[in-house]
Amino acid sequence: MMEIITLLGHGFVVALQPLNLVLIIVGCAVGLFIGAMPGLGSVNGVAILLPLTFLVPPDGAIIFLCAIYYGAMYGGAISSIMLGIPGASTAVATTFDGRPLAKQGLADKALTAAAVASFVGGSISVVLFTFFAPPLAHVALTFGSQETFALMLLAFATFVGLGGDDIAKTIFSICIGLVLAAVGLDIITGRPRLIFGDISGFMHGINFLVLAIGIYGIGEMLWTVEENAKAGGKSMLSEAVITVDRIKNNVIELIGTWKTMLMGSFLGYFVGILPAAGATPGSLMAYGFAKQMSKHPETFGKGNVEGVVAPEAANNAASTGSMLPMMTLGIPGSPTTAILLGGMVIWGLEPGPRLFTSNPDFVWGLIASLYVANVFALILNILFIPAFIWVLKLPFTILAPIILTLCLVGGYAPTQDMHDVWLMLIFGLVGYLMRKLDYPVAPAVLAIVLGPLTEPALRQSLLISGGDPMTFFYRPYSGPIMVIALILLFLPALFPLYRMVTGGGKKKASDSA
Amino acid sequence: MTVRTAELLMGLAMAVLSGYFMWKSAELPIMWVQGVGPGGGAWPFWLSLVMLLSTLWILFNWAFRIGAIANNEEPLFEAGMFTPVALVALALTGCIALIEGIGIGGFKGIGFYGALPLFIIFYLKVIGSHTWVSTLTTAIVVPVLTFVFFEVLLQISLPKGMTEPLFLPIYAFIYSL
Repeated sequence: MMEIITLLGHGFVVALQPLNLVLIIVGCAVGLFIGAMPGLGSVNGVAILLPLTFLVPPDGAIIFLCAIYYGAMYGGAISSIMLGIPGASTAVATTFDGRPLAKQGLADKALTAAAVASFVGGSISVVLFTFFAPPLAHVALTFGSQETFALMLLAFATFVGLGGDDIAKTIFSICIGLVLAAVGLDIITGRPRLIFGDISGFMHGINFLVLAIGIYGIGEMLWTVEENAKAGGKSMLSEAVITVDRIKNNVIELIGTWKTMLMGSFLGYFVGILPAAGATPGSLMAYGFAKQMSKHPETFGKGNVEGVVAPEAANNAASTGSMLPMMTLGIPGSPTTAILLGGMVIWGLEPGPRLFTSNPDFVWGLIASLYVANVFALILNILFIPAFIWVLKLPFTILAPIILTLCLVGGYAPTQDMHDVWLMLIFGLVGYLMRKLDYPVAPAVLAIVLGPLTEPALRQSLLISGGDPMTFFYRPYSGPIMVIALILLFLPALFPLYRMVTGGGKKKASDSA
Repeated sequence: MTVRTAELLMGLAMAVLSGYFMWKSAELPIMWVQGVGPGGGAWPFWLSLVMLLSTLWILFNWAFRIGAIANNEEPLFEAGMFTPVALVALALTGCIALIEGIGIGGFKGIGFYGALPLFIIFYLKVIGSHTWVSTLTTAIVVPVLTFVFFEVLLQISLPKGMTEPLFLPIYAFIYSL
């Protein structure tokens, strides 16, 4: 323990060197901006700025890129809350409650919650990273396709209740998201699959952002246009005020959400460690769990601050967690860490267990910089809140075309194919109609994000076991996770049946009539 | 159209869509393939079947008037609400069609930087009734910022259609810096 603290002390000496400190601040600011842009996430920022880092020493370079990664995790929440468009896949879950809060005039509360939860998640995960890196990396290494599938099933199970009472529409929403995620090339045989109308644009699959921006960007805008028309053109996108007192009160109120923050942080960190999982499943699972844990699950999706706290704590914790297998084993936990890993190789470093002994200054400098980056990202985020609030005060008829413009560019940027922009428009129109008819759309977005992880895990597991579905229950980690997932999955589904049998169903039907 | 009628039409449309997904999935094997495991079409096929079953459940609820939506006889759009939504949706569709053209008469489109200002002018002037000063300022500033951020800083090229030659001097200037 003392040895770790001494090494961390040396790390702080490296991280607090003037050049590295400037790189941390600039990196956080750049990350914040890139994360806030729809269609661009940390992976774009890190990839685009990687060549710039050849101008500085390797420790400064990785510190800069990690600061961008961190800043982007904070920034993703901004457009989710302000515009209802997820800035990145890691911020999809933040939209579910962050946007309703902003529409209630509580954008400052949602932004403060996102910033503080990100800080807590980031800080807890860095402490875990500091003290438990090697043993956790080895646990993560024992995770195979069975465990991955079990975890994904757990994520879906926690979301079955997300759509309210209508289980049929929730199941439909999850399944359509999973089917859309399967469009493109079959991952095992490489054969084209679900190429609708033989349109070649479907060959590269459907990027989750196309669905997310369609539903939460265009669909949400059409919804707001209707609300604006009802209000006689007077309603703004969101009423919002900001004062120092309000921010202070918001922070004090957040103390009451400490359990959710801790849950999000630990869950996010562990899911982040798992190879190929990354921050997105972690944040979505944390949202689902927060809802399951809550005494008032019906308030989720309507502006419950815990619905912002859980995914934001989790996605920042996961971003640190995903660095762990990269540093200790040389296995990236997310697309961004894959690029960071590439950078380390270019700088002449060899990621893996020996990195901690062969380059202690680099490793501990990086770990210490994560502590520092967390603090600066929080400060920058809080400082920018008034600017974000000012944007919301623009008249709706000026803000709406700007947001729709961002949607178009954001939909085009990931794949650079106009086919995706058309698809986004269709998803927006259908998503708007579905929302009018109370179809829950969030599970579809969850499913299209997790689908590409779920299907290969299922197929590999069945292939390895010769088709035996019990393979998921035999293994020490996947068995318990599967049991918990199945319990969570079937309990809410059976509950309405139970109510119907006991007479509650009739009462409900008559109530709604 | 009432909400109840819309629920029926949406349920039927989604049932047809589920059937189409099943049919498309079945182009690849949907059962166990020796040495390969589950066929390439299995995952989407069985999920589409669950989709179909859930739409039947939704239609069952509609038929027996179970739930609030199935009992809602109010119009889907309140009076005067459909026009503004349809106008925005049509303007957006037109904007996307203008970006790259839709293959009619060899029209190549006017690209993002041609279509976005037109969309913004239409929205601000026709829908928002703003002054020409704020309309033109927004119509110029937004595409310029988009260009600087995407083309210059991130080097992501957006489609320009027939306006491509106009950008060549700008690129020449940027790369000479």
